[in-house]
Amino acid sequence: MPPTPTKTGHLVVIGHGPAAHRLIEAVRERDTEDYWQITVVGEEPRPAYDRVALTSYLTDGADLGYPAHDDAVRVRTGERVTAIDRAGRTVTTDAGETLGYDTLVLATGSVPFVPPVPGAGTAFVYRTIDDLDALRARAAGRASGVVVGGGLLGLEAARALQGLGLETHIVEMAPWLMARQLDEGGGAMLRRHIEALGLRVHTGVMLDRVEADAVRLAGDTVLPADVVVFSAGIRPRDELARAAGLEVGERGGVVVDDACRTGDPRIYAIGECALVGGQVYGLVGPCLSMAEVVADALFGGAARFAGADTSTQLKLMGVDVASFGDPSADALNVSYTDPVAGTYKRLVVSDDAGTLLGGVLVGDASAYPTLRACVGASLPAAPDRLLFGGTEAVAGAMTEETMVCSCNGVSAGTIRSAIADGGLTDLPTVKACTRAGTGCGSCVPLVKRILDEELTSAGIPVSRALCEHFDHTRAELFDIVRVRGITTFSGLIAECGRGRGCDICKPVVASILASLGTGHILDGERAGLQDTNDQFLANMQKNGTYSVVPRVPGGEITPEKLIVIGEVARDFGLYTKITGGQRIDMFGARVEQLPQIWKRLTEAGFESGHAYGKALRTVKSCVGSTWCRYGVQDSVGLAIRLELRYRGLRAPHKIKSAVSGCARECAEAQSKDFGVIATEKGWNLYVAGNGGMRPRHADLFATDLDTDTLIRYIDRFLMFYIRTADRLQRTASWLESLDGGIEYLRDVIVADRLGICDSLDAAMARHVEDYTDEWRATLEDPERLRRFVSFVNAPGTPDPSIVFEPERDQIKPVIPEVVSR
Amino acid sequence: MTQVLDLAPVSVRWQDVCDYDDLPPEDGVCALVGGEQVALFRTHDGRVHALSNLDPFSGAYVLARGIVGSRGGVPTVASPMYKQVFDLTTGRCLDDPAVRVPVYRVRVSGTRVEVART
Ligand code: SRM
Ligand SMILES: Cc1cc2nc3c(=O)[nH]c(=O)nc-3n(C[C@H](O)[C@H](O)[C@H](O)COP(=O)(O)OP(=O)(O)OC[C@H]3O[C@@H](n4cnc5c(N)ncnc54)[C@H](O)[C@@H]3O)c2cc1C
Ligand code: SF4
Ligand code: FES
Repeated sequence: MPPTPTKTGHLVVIGHGPAAHRLIEAVRERDTEDYWQITVVGEEPRPAYDRVALTSYLTDGADLGYPAHDDAVRVRTGERVTAIDRAGRTVTTDAGETLGYDTLVLATGSVPFVPPVPGAGTAFVYRTIDDLDALRARAAGRASGVVVGGGLLGLEAARALQGLGLETHIVEMAPWLMARQLDEGGGAMLRRHIEALGLRVHTGVMLDRVEADAVRLAGDTVLPADVVVFSAGIRPRDELARAAGLEVGERGGVVVDDACRTGDPRIYAIGECALVGGQVYGLVGPCLSMAEVVADALFGGAARFAGADTSTQLKLMGVDVASFGDPSADALNVSYTDPVAGTYKRLVVSDDAGTLLGGVLVGDASAYPTLRACVGASLPAAPDRLLFGGTEAVAGAMTEETMVCSCNGVSAGTIRSAIADGGLTDLPTVKACTRAGTGCGSCVPLVKRILDEELTSAGIPVSRALCEHFDHTRAELFDIVRVRGITTFSGLIAECGRGRGCDICKPVVASILASLGTGHILDGERAGLQDTNDQFLANMQKNGTYSVVPRVPGGEITPEKLIVIGEVARDFGLYTKITGGQRIDMFGARVEQLPQIWKRLTEAGFESGHAYGKALRTVKSCVGSTWCRYGVQDSVGLAIRLELRYRGLRAPHKIKSAVSGCARECAEAQSKDFGVIATEKGWNLYVAGNGGMRPRHADLFATDLDTDTLIRYIDRFLMFYIRTADRLQRTASWLESLDGGIEYLRDVIVADRLGICDSLDAAMARHVEDYTDEWRATLEDPERLRRFVSFVNAPGTPDPSIVFEPERDQIKPVIPEVVSR
Repeated sequence: MTQVLDLAPVSVRWQDVCDYDDLPPEDGVCALVGGEQVALFRTHDGRVHALSNLDPFSGAYVLARGIVGSRGGVPTVASPMYKQVFDLTTGRCLDDPAVRVPVYRVRVSGTRVEVART
């Protein structure tokens, strides 16, 4: 029935869920001539909504509604279609209406399966907004809940029950959780995570009956249950089709061909009610693809539903879980379990180890997008590299057919040609043009990878743009700010950016402005550019309180000052701990306490330790020649001098240092951004070391330096790093990315190859001269202090959500329930 | 300063919260409204947006302390805890569409900011 301008057709859609919504939107997009008149009849009391996000309705009261269809679409809610008359081409509704159709689409979805056990009639299900309203009403004031079903939705429902304050049990008949997606090892790891959240799990058990306030399992186990929810699978709603004589599958589902057409050429079925290619799909991605196929057919197109990837990735209660391909295939297994990290990874490869068939990831699903895209293709790298190697290991090996985005059915070939044909050069446009990456988002790293490769091979420089607001790198922005003398974020974005900035570019610009010494970090619009740590000059902790770290240069501290720290911590009820940076951290301060704490500390001669900023942290020391039998120089003295020189220096990332008094290296200087080791004749300078996630030994930069030369070299090293490094790039990876490496660096710093040493020296001199303690400067200015309240309308009220409990004679935060799915 | 369009039915109870000037531009503050923590944000166009202060990813009441900005033209705040970005107009999490934080109605009445009590 391809449209002709002279005619119109009536399209009736039964059911208004996500599939119906997408179908209608896709038809309206194509229907420039208003060929189709559309009526949709939905039984729920509201138009279609985002069922996938259902749980957030319960936990956050989220409004799940989709944007409304345009006025040309007639939406009938709260009305059920009761019969289809195929001969007369009409449908009848429970409101007594009869609607004629030219084309009919069944989008009736599915219902939760409730097993026929005694008492099941009193249980709840978890499918619609009305279901959740009923569930919430029932749970109010009750104590216990049982969810029958340990699959994807069952676990989601269990977490929601727990969020309603119920002690919750999960009962699963299969021998492990998420048995459809996970293998036994993955299921066991998932169980550990879930039990750690306080949910009780019972697997491999049969349900006997549901009683008034309990659930009885086979073998006479009884679980208390004021609320029982069934989430034991779904059944397609095919009753209308069945009564109308259309073919339905043995286990349910309206049989359709790959154009989603039933045996009656005027009737289609899409979404969870459809049985296509012998399968009913219970994920929204395939349901939406079917909607697109039918929309295409309604305009004479020949689109086909080619089956869909049922790979899933979800962050279930904060636990990454992913399965892809066919993880139960009988072939070679490569698996890896780390009980400490709580991760489990398994790849299934064909017997010749050539083809990836499927796999399971629990606890860390970072390799998911790349692995999923490789299913069915030859292995592009050794299995262990695939599991741990990130996108690089895979992207190049993707064929045209490789399915990159399974939510929207977009292949690598489609993305590549969209990039080439459309001359696309940035990720947002690629996403908009191909729809890839606009569903669950898990494939975005791969899409980006493909884009970069296409651009590189076309000779177009890959965008190194900081974010969507600036096309420049951090180093370029630094130069723009420096050369043009820009002093505000607004000024910079007006000059060379767009939009209003974000959590990526704003802190970068704040840091650049601070490195160039242009005023207090909390003044004017400056405050709003900072991460919360910089905004409050303290480090945010997991419960929203802050930690306070005063500077203890070189780790040397007098007994008096130690006592002050002890008194302050005691008086404000803070938790104290010696840090790995040779100083003392005080945890658990509320925002309104911070100024009072600083006041006490600054009065005793302390200042900010910049534990919060991307700035110099500590210069650690060993005790050195003053006390140590082996020491050859005063390492403590030098460490203090260096720490005071570079304190407050803002940089692309944090900077750490240490000074050791002899070659025994007790201060671990070779793991620091700059480290100094005493020699008989002076100092050896090491640069670009790193502890942390990717440790790197520092490189020896120069030997036997006198103190002045040492400091001059460090000045230049730091300033050159600050000017040229990328955002959040520590000196170690900066040096690794520097063409010419350490030799080049020596050329710049020692031989002044770029002729910039004067300027670097002057910049550091300015920093040293301009340094002020940020805590003190904040205390001195009432304007800057205004933000230090929990509530703008109740400045004296402490945040009631902050709660502590005792542990080992100190406090520890009680973490509120994480309510997100 | 723009007046936020008020579509609330008459029965809504507006609670006076603070002066418009108490809202720093392109930044957030938190207010207590009927015992609930409401994060108020003033965007560059002068508008005021109100979301629940509860960060659904960490369970901590901190959204008011996030960085305000934009993504693809939509005004946003990034949670200061784990950096997920939320649409200030709808509360939807742009990094995880399944998550939404409650949105409150807010209006500027004269020089005062008022939030609808639920
Ligand atoms: C408090 C402390 C742990 C402790 O109890 O000892 C700590 C705590 C944090 N570290 Fe650390 N690190 C601490 C010493 C270290 C050390 C040891 C050292 O400095 O000698 C390292 C390894 C050395 C290194 O950095 O090269 C270290 C490597 C990291 C890293 C990984 C950096 C990397 O390059 O891989 C991060 C993450 C980051 O910065 O992106 C991090 C980040 C953090 C953050 C900021 C995480 C966060 O965002 O909340 C923690 C908050 C600090 C707070 O709330 O006060 N912390 N962290 C230590 C504070 C030292 C100080 O006095 O300032
Ligand atoms: C809690 C929950 C979480 C989920 N999470 C995910 C997820 O993370 N990822 C994912 O891919 N999928 C998820 N899903 C599955 C996803 O929601 C479904 O795949 C999707 O809703 C299917 O859309 P549909 O339009 O085919 O059917 P439905 O959403 O079931 O819509 C069908 C509609 O038709 C109505 N209807 C039925 N019969 C009639 C009739 N005779 N007359 C009138 N109206 C009728 C029904 O009342 C219903 O409103 C989740 C589902 C739930 C319940
Ligand atoms: S290693 Fe550092 S970042 Fe990790 S928990 Fe310890 S202090 Fe926090
Ligand atoms: S796979 Fe979900 S958005 Fe691409």
